[in-house]
Amino acid sequence: MATTTAPAPSTLGARPRRARRAPGHSSLFTALPWLAPALLLIFGVVLYPAGYMVYTSFRKFNRIGVERGGAGFDNYQQALDYPGVNIGRVFLNTFIWVAVVTVVSIVISLFLAQFLNKQFRGRKLVRLAVVVPWAASVVMTTSIFFYGLNPDYGIINRFLVDVGILDSPYGFTKSAVPAFITAMVVAIFVSLPFTTYTILSGLQGVPDDVVEAAYVDGASAWQRYTKVILPMLRPAISIATLIMIINVFNSLPILQILVEAPGYDADITTTLIFKYKTVLGPGVASALSVVNFLVVMTVIAVYLAVLRPTKDR
Amino acid sequence: MSVVDPGVTTSVPAPRAGLSTADSSGRGRRSRGAGVNRRPNPWLMLLGSVVIIAVFIVPYAIMFIGSLKTQAEITRIPPPYIGDALHFDNYRTMWSSNVHPSDGLTATIVISVVATAIVLLVATPAAWFTARYTFPGRTVFLALVLIVQMLQPTVLAVGLFREFLQLGLNDTWIAMILVNSAFNLTFAVWIMQAFFASIPREVDEAAALDGAGRLQILTRISLPLVWPGIVTALIYVFVAAWNEYAAASIIMTSNDLQPLTVALPRFFGLYAAQWQYIFGVSIVAIVPVVVLFSLIEKRLAGGLTAGSVK
Repeated sequence: MATTTAPAPSTLGARPRRARRAPGHSSLFTALPWLAPALLLIFGVVLYPAGYMVYTSFRKFNRIGVERGGAGFDNYQQALDYPGVNIGRVFLNTFIWVAVVTVVSIVISLFLAQFLNKQFRGRKLVRLAVVVPWAASVVMTTSIFFYGLNPDYGIINRFLVDVGILDSPYGFTKSAVPAFITAMVVAIFVSLPFTTYTILSGLQGVPDDVVEAAYVDGASAWQRYTKVILPMLRPAISIATLIMIINVFNSLPILQILVEAPGYDADITTTLIFKYKTVLGPGVASALSVVNFLVVMTVIAVYLAVLRPTKDR
Repeated sequence: MSVVDPGVTTSVPAPRAGLSTADSSGRGRRSRGAGVNRRPNPWLMLLGSVVIIAVFIVPYAIMFIGSLKTQAEITRIPPPYIGDALHFDNYRTMWSSNVHPSDGLTATIVISVVATAIVLLVATPAAWFTARYTFPGRTVFLALVLIVQMLQPTVLAVGLFREFLQLGLNDTWIAMILVNSAFNLTFAVWIMQAFFASIPREVDEAAALDGAGRLQILTRISLPLVWPGIVTALIYVFVAAWNEYAAASIIMTSNDLQPLTVALPRFFGLYAAQWQYIFGVSIVAIVPVVVLFSLIEKRLAGGLTAGSVK
């Protein structure tokens, strides 16, 4: 990831070079008071629980959560092979969830950002509208869809019947597959502001004269976009994708709230961890958390290795 | 173009303090008018604008209109699109309803305000010092900051629960304040140090010659120069804490201590859910955050991606 160069806003070239000059020197002893509080928080509340969770994943617990010695890999075995849980399906769901939400959000955002980058009356208002799902809590946004899709009093269901898309109200959240698809739509909706704004910042770094030159050379609008603008958006898209993968992987409330179907057929690994925490205790939940983290790391490694988003082309 | 000094291998887009990219590029474009940058068709732009605003606002409009219905109207089968009257008094009566919004709202406010204050106090010195000085372990510190950003409360929720069980802090606001400060800290450090690094060193040197100490240079010289960037980072931290769900859902078990994100879903599945109140509280919680975000709208992406992950 060493060579990634994200697009700089256009006026940045004017930045005085001296700002980059090497900073002054100092000893670790002088530095420590300035860093100590930050280090304390990072070690105490991020790294310690991470290590403690790995330790917990190898411990045995009784029904009320009291520790009862070592467990070897029993927790891992149970996490991956619990009666009623089709773990293959959960992994497949996780893959579909991350891939579809990330890719669709980014593709829609490419259009949205292109639109928002133009000059037009009311642009500020449109941009503000796009920010709203980012500012609103995901829980509250999801609650609107949960209420609206209720087959009895849900207003979205009524609208779909009124315009003739549905014959009668449909229980979107009541069975696994429709609930999962609905959750993906909501996840895309709440992700769009972030991806759009990231790509928009990339677009603002595309110099006008380069696009102008392509125009003068006779490139069509489509060619200018695919051959000139899109390659320059590459760094912004890579950053957006990377952050999206991490966020979507860790997305919890949408599926937790929307899916009313019993069982585990609409679960991804993250939601399964929270179910295991209640049903099977901290040992198994920790084991699945460790597996989950390893999976995210693998996905990111594969993304970086195969697509090489950081390679300059 | 990188404002991150040579100690870091990754170059990030420089978040710029005061100026707005949107405006500066826009002005150049307007002057041309012809050729590749000819003005777009106004009617097409209007149509696009209306569609986009509709898609992004309709869910929240449903929420707002719902918050003005009576209990009977909002759970009627089939539901009316708009109630017979607009019951603005719901915003008064909701405070004494079963939803108990004041509990959740208090918890949310206390947790996010204190966590943001801690991030400001802890991240600013660390960011300023790493931007201004080299010292043994500096690269290790910055690498640590980057790696920790990959971790989210969701991944570590079970570990956090176990730790706070050990410390006897489960089900307390202190635990939530610690979680929200720690997990947003690295992001703030990363962003802020890029901002501090963008200030020419001559400014510091002049102040030092005049006899100013490091703390004085930070508070009197550096901070006033980059405060818009700091505010952007802090607003982002505040909003993240305001909306945090995963850790709270596992740590906060008492109904009256839970922040809104965890308190409200308890009411979603109820037989006679008081959706009008749930939506009323949600609107009250969403509006201030939208206002905060609108203040930093122009810097939202450029400044933020600078600090995240990469």
